[in-house]
Parts: sequence; C-alpha cells; structure tokens
Amino acid sequence: MRADRGLFLHLGVLAALLALHVLAPPYHHTNLARIMVLAVYAMGYNIAFGYTGLLSLGHALFFAAGLYAAGLLVYHAGAGAPVAMIAGVLAGGAVAVAVGLLALRTAGVAFMIVTLMFAQAGYLTILYFGAWTRGDEGIVIPRAARMLGGLDLSDDNTRYLVALGLFALALLGNLALVRSPFGRVMVAMRENEERSRMLGYNPFTVKLGALAISGLYAGLSGAAYGLMFGYVGASLASVQYSILPLLYVLLGGAGTVLGPLLGALVMFYLIDYASSLTDAHQFVTGAALVALVLFAPRGILGTLRARGLRWLP
Amino acid sequence: MTKRWISTTPTRRSVLQGIAGAGALVAAGVTPRFVQAQSSAPLKLGFQLHRTGIGASYGRWYERTASAALKVLNEAGGINGRPVEIVFEDDGTDPKRGAEVVEKLTTQAGCDLIFGTLFSHVVMGSAPRAGELRVPYLVCSEGHHVASGALNRWALQPGITDVKSQVQAMAPWVTANLGKKVTMVFPDYAFGHDHRDFFTAAVAAQGGEVIKHIAIPPTETSFTRYLPQIPTETEVLYHVMVGPAVLTFVKELGEFYGSGARPEIFGFIDSLEAVDIASPGLEFLDGTHFWEGHPRYKQQDASEHEAFYRAAVGVDDSGASVSDGKDIATYAHMFSAWETLFVIKAAMEAAGYQGPADRQKVVEAIEAMTGFDEGREHPQGAKTFNGKTHQAFGHQSISRVEGGRLLRVHQTAIEDGLYPDEVDYTTQSF
Repeated sequence: MRADRGLFLHLGVLAALLALHVLAPPYHHTNLARIMVLAVYAMGYNIAFGYTGLLSLGHALFFAAGLYAAGLLVYHAGAGAPVAMIAGVLAGGAVAVAVGLLALRTAGVAFMIVTLMFAQAGYLTILYFGAWTRGDEGIVIPRAARMLGGLDLSDDNTRYLVALGLFALALLGNLALVRSPFGRVMVAMRENEERSRMLGYNPFTVKLGALAISGLYAGLSGAAYGLMFGYVGASLASVQYSILPLLYVLLGGAGTVLGPLLGALVMFYLIDYASSLTDAHQFVTGAALVALVLFAPRGILGTLRARGLRWLP
Repeated sequence: MTKRWISTTPTRRSVLQGIAGAGALVAAGVTPRFVQAQSSAPLKLGFQLHRTGIGASYGRWYERTASAALKVLNEAGGINGRPVEIVFEDDGTDPKRGAEVVEKLTTQAGCDLIFGTLFSHVVMGSAPRAGELRVPYLVCSEGHHVASGALNRWALQPGITDVKSQVQAMAPWVTANLGKKVTMVFPDYAFGHDHRDFFTAAVAAQGGEVIKHIAIPPTETSFTRYLPQIPTETEVLYHVMVGPAVLTFVKELGEFYGSGARPEIFGFIDSLEAVDIASPGLEFLDGTHFWEGHPRYKQQDASEHEAFYRAAVGVDDSGASVSDGKDIATYAHMFSAWETLFVIKAAMEAAGYQGPADRQKVVEAIEAMTGFDEGREHPQGAKTFNGKTHQAFGHQSISRVEGGRLLRVHQTAIEDGLYPDEVDYTTQSF
C-alpha cells in the first residue's frame, strides 16, 4: 500500500503534466518544458546530494558535458539529434566518473572545493577552445539539426512532449533507484558512512556509482537543453549553473524524488514574477531562500514528509 | 497558480480551476491585443533589457534612451497613428533568461516585436526562440552574429554597425597615424576573439602586423602579470576590455608605463563606457585614442539632430546625466536603441502593420530598406542597410583624449566598413 501511494503520486504528477500540455497557456507551456528539462538536471543533483550526501558545487561541468557533447557533434560533425542525445548522456556520466575518481578521495568542504575547481576548469576550457565553442557567445543549433527521429524539437508541442517523456523516464528511474537496494545504500552512506563501511559496503564505490548516475542525468538534461532550445553557451557551464540545482533541491526538498521538480518550478516562477514586480528581483529570490532555510530547512516536500507524509519517497 | 499546477490529484475541480486560471491569464494578457488589433490600441514593443548582471550599466542607459525615443515617437503621432508602449523586461544579461524573456514578452505580454538586446551571448541564446515564435527580434549589439549568418530570418541589426565593420573601418587610420606594429590585449572570450580576428586581418590588409595577442582570461581581476608580455617594439597597443575589471585594467596599464615611454594606445570605448575619463588613475590616457560609435563629448560640429537627441535622453555635453554628473552614459552604443525604434516605426508603417499576423511583413519591410538619412531619427549619422545580411553600416569615430575629454580626430566613411556578404537571409524561409 505504501509503495502504491508513492507510485500513484508520481504517476499522478506525470498525468498532470500531460494534462497541462493541453491546458497550459502558451507562455507557461514552454516554461514547463524548460522546467522539466532543468528538473532532470536537479534530479541528478539530488541523487548525489539529497540521497548520497555528496554536496557538489561542480555539477555544471556534467550538465555542460552533455550540452557540449550534443551541441558540438550536431554543429561541427553534422550528427543527428538522437546520436547527439546519447553522446550527451554518456559524456555527462563519463565526466562525472572521471571527476569522482579524484574528487571522492575527499569529503565535506574539500569535496565541494574540488568539484567547484573542476567545474571552473571546465568552464575556462570551453572559453579556451573558442574556435570550436565560440566561448561565452556560444553557438546556435540550426533548426534543421534539431530533429529527433521524425520529431521537430523546435516545435512547441513536440518539445513539450519530448521533455515530458524524458522527465518521466528520469522520474520513474529515480523512484526505482531510491527504492532499490543500491538506493538504500546511498542513503546509508549519507546517514552514516562508517557504519555502512562496517556493514561491508565500499563507500567509494557506492558514491562513485551515485555520482555517475547523477552525471548521466545532468548529461541528459544538458543535451536535451541544447537540442530543444537551440543554444549552447559557456554561461551554462558557469558556477551559477552549479548552484541552481542545489537551490532547486533545497527548495523542493533534498532526498525527495519530486523535490527537484517542485524546486525548479517554484524557483522559476519566483524569479519570473519577482522580475515583473521589482528591479530587485534577485533580492526577493534571495530573501525567499533565506526564509526557507530558516523556517523549512528540509525544503517543501521534506517538511511535508517530516510532518506526516512519511511515505513520500 | 503555481501550486495548482503541481497538484497531484487532477480532480475535476482542479482541472476546472486550471481552465479558469488559464482563462484569466488569457484575459489579462493575450486576447485584448488581438481583439483590438484593428483599432487604435497601443502597439506593444518588447525591450529585452540588461537591467541586472554584467550589462547593467548599459541597460540603465538603453532604457533611458528607448524611453526618450518613445516619447518623441508618440508625440509625433506614434506608429500608423497608434500610440506605442515599450514593455521592458530584465534578462539579467543571461542567455538562458534571455530566451525566457523573449517568450514572456511575446506570449504573455503580447508584444508585437522585440528589440534592444546588447550582449552577444544573450542575443545568441534568445534568437532561436524568437525565430520559433516568428517574432521580429531587432538587436542593438554590435556583434557580428547577425551578419555572420548564425541567427535566423527574424533577427536583424538595423541600428548599429557590427564589430567586424568597426575594426575594418578604423584599421587604415590606426596604421597610417599610430603605427604598424600592433599588440592586442583583449578578453579571452568571443567578443575579444572577434576583435582579435577581425582587427588582425584588417591591419594585415593595411601592410601592418599584429605582433602579439595577449588574451586575458575572464576570471582575472588584476592584469599586472600580462602587461610585461607587451613587446618593446610595439608601436600601437590595442585594448578592448569589458566588465567590472575595466577600471583596474586601465589603471594598471597606467601604472605599468608610468611616466616613461609608451607605445601609442588605441582602445575601444567599450573599455570605459559608463566610466568618467577624468577618474583618478586614468590620467595616463591623455593623448591616447579611442573608437567611439558616437562621440561621448559633444563635438563642435555636432549636428542639430545630435543636440536634440542628447537633450532628449538627458545627457550633458560631457556625456553625463544632466541630473547627475557622475552618472556617465554608455553614449557610444546607446544611440542604437533610439535609432532601432525609428526603424521599427518606418518598417511597421511600410508594412501597414495591424497585428501579429503582419510580423513577417515587418521583417520584409526592413529587408527592403537600403539606408537611413541622418536626422532626428538617426542622430548618430547616416547608415546603409544590407537587407540580405540584416546588418546596418555607419560612420565610426576615432577620438583622442585631451585634457580629460574626448575629441574626435577622424570619422570613417560608411564604405570603409563594408565587407562581402556572408549570408543571405532573404533566401531562408520564415
């Protein structure tokens, strides 16, 4: 029964998103497509941070790996979008493993700093190879190249449904992961690494596995973002894009499967509406986050789970 | 509204609430414009504004310039007899947000078209969405992105010359008057690379040579370790930096040379837009030269149109705000917001614009334009417009710093900045 409630809730969210495909006004329709793509990124971050306790400040590197692997393949090599999408996913995972092999020798604050430095190095690498990447200015993926099979990703309806499909895949994969034995070991690492080690689990292997999955998610999101919205630029690899998924996850609820979506949704509209009301929208956003940390440090869904919805995965 | 969308139990009530909400949004933002399109309802122009982020100092003045132009335009009867509104929306000088702002201005605010974007990466991030939405997107960026063919048929730059044209136009004067051995200092990203590539080629075409490229990583806050790389045989030091570190860069350049011999120095005013030339530490700039898209200091031969524009925007003869002498304008670039608005007026009137269904006609009307005469609507000077490349070409100014003021010593001809077409957007579909 407990398992069913969780599954039904997630299926219900997917059904609601499908319904919004028909019901949402055009502006919000496109926003939701963006939010779903970014939520995949945040879900990946949540797997590392929320479930495994790896507070990374370098996830923009994994997102950018997917973004650039897909974008450069399409732009320079004339690859098709399906190949580019797969390459993006694999690039995100591969870079995460490579970084993890080194960064996971550290923990805590040192891990944050090492991941931040790797991401910064990645950002500067993109600028350095400006002849290929056009640096900060970035490259525009031609519409003709944004075809996923027979699907035109520059078409609003197609884009929404593809975003929903990818999001659904990521969401249900995430749910299955956290309910799996490996998912429980991830949580065990977060809660008490030494005890987990004593029980026979190798913390390095488990954390590397979690980081790799996290990287796959980030790579998928990056590749999807580039191909769906037609832009690949270095700003998407900047530190800001390492902080964003952290904020999404903190806002929605770290260690909850739906938290990243909720966080991305609330954050997007918080910025959107605040910028309509005042020039100081960044102050409003910051104040909201400070209030959240003070009064609901577990995030929205984390707080709900603590106050009764204990079955929330 | 937001909470309703995250409802996990899509009951009939929640669906009805969603429909009601959607109806309210439509009623508030979209439907009236279509209903009134045939009437005298105001035209809405979206302005993608760098109100925050690295472009904020530009954005502040672009907003003032566009608002001043709007006032003049409306006092003269608006467009097709209809009043005009500008909806300003901050993009944070961020390409991701830029695309979202294009979306917001078009589908939520119901703007007829969008203009005003300056920073190239925001243009690149936003243009694809403008193309998908089939909304005219007129940028004020000076980037080469439009004329290079990187964008799409809906993106145009009729209000300012692009960087390739600028450097090509100035290279002959630089090599003839300052020297032929050039060292370039530029930010190590796309804007700097454009200068590097275009100016290096332009200098070579004049028989000169760029003997050293010094690329400054964007993360640098101090430049002292790069300055010793400047070769001693350098005759001209060409610098172009942008962002908060500009002042540090220029000051450190002054400290590096001190009162000793130095090469001739030629910079892009981008380095010092919104910065007072008379700031402490910048004294060494005296005697150096700058490119200016539009002279910051009112020149003795300034036209009546230039004077009118300067007064309308609220800029004094020294390039500062009339209400605050410390608030220096981004004068070399911001004319593009003014002039682009009047190109929009001409295009909409030529197209007989009634509503969004006529957006394509606006693009076609601009493509049919060949140039703009100097006047109140184009105070920076006459321009030619290439409908195939969607790019304007105009005069450039080279100014010399004398006594803490910029005095124009040369103005290029429009022809100096022309180059072969790299794209023909008119062959692309809408």
